[in-house]
Amino acid sequence: MKKITGMVAMMMLAGWGAQALAEDANSFSGWLFTLDRMKEVRAVDNEQYAEECGACHFAYPPGLLPSQSWHKLLAPEALADHFGENAELDDDVLAEIQQFAYTHAAEHSYYKRSRKIARATADGSAPLRITEVKYIKRKHHEIPKRMIKDNPDVQSLSNCNACHTQAEKGVFDNDTVNIPNYPDWDD
Amino acid sequence: MTSRVFAWMLMAALATPAFSGQQLIEQLQSQYRNQGATTFTAERGKQLWEQQITNKQGEQRACTSCHGMDPRQSGQHATTKKPIKPMAMSVNSARFSDEKKINKWFTRNCKWTWGRECSPQEKGDILQYMLTL
Repeated sequence: MKKITGMVAMMMLAGWGAQALAEDANSFSGWLFTLDRMKEVRAVDNEQYAEECGACHFAYPPGLLPSQSWHKLLAPEALADHFGENAELDDDVLAEIQQFAYTHAAEHSYYKRSRKIARATADGSAPLRITEVKYIKRKHHEIPKRMIKDNPDVQSLSNCNACHTQAEKGVFDNDTVNIPNYPDWDD
Repeated sequence: MTSRVFAWMLMAALATPAFSGQQLIEQLQSQYRNQGATTFTAERGKQLWEQQITNKQGEQRACTSCHGMDPRQSGQHATTKKPIKPMAMSVNSARFSDEKKINKWFTRNCKWTWGRECSPQEKGDILQYMLTL
């Protein structure tokens, strides 16, 4: 009897695991069973989001900001003046982008770096710029101005992928950093 | 036999894209004429392309701020510095394959550059310039 119960339990677990692996990692069961260590940030895997956001700048993964920030940023009236640019979108396109951003915002993510960003903004703050997130600031504050702002191949901290060579994959760790014109930089 | 040839021809016709870039531009221009525009000229398009407007903040803006003087060459986003592919039909016909995309960028970029939407006449002239380059 005991043996049968054990087998049933095993089968149930296996079934649950397989199902979790089949779906994406944005759930408790997905997180529990995935082979990915989920140390970083979920990469952008929505075509519409990648295309529309990436038309003018690096398409920042939603896991770099909490949902309260995305709600502010992606309101239609906010997009009409998006850091001085007109970034209006058709309603259907906007709806898909909002959905993707809200679902994968930092506090909904199981990825470690997103968890840290969620904690840094758990006080309810809604930074409009990723560079204003306390965690992100702390991670970059030792890097001198000449390497970022005054570096012609970087120009701004907002150009993530100028130095983070794996940014498109959602990977931001030190080993993947390569600061243009400063090949010897080492954290 | 004839019906089979006909069926093949029909399938081939359906498989080819409905519009080439040039056809799409002509179609848009005919829409603009219905909205009150007249004939379109590349010269006027070029003037509009290069026309500098000073906005309320005292900043000079033109199509060329991001796209550059020569639409056959790449440009660069004024703020983010992201490269922008050429606009001229002769070098980048892919620009003119999606009506929705053309409308989206006209709306956004006219508002950013001139602080208002472009008129149908202006849009038709600019498209004409891109077509003849």
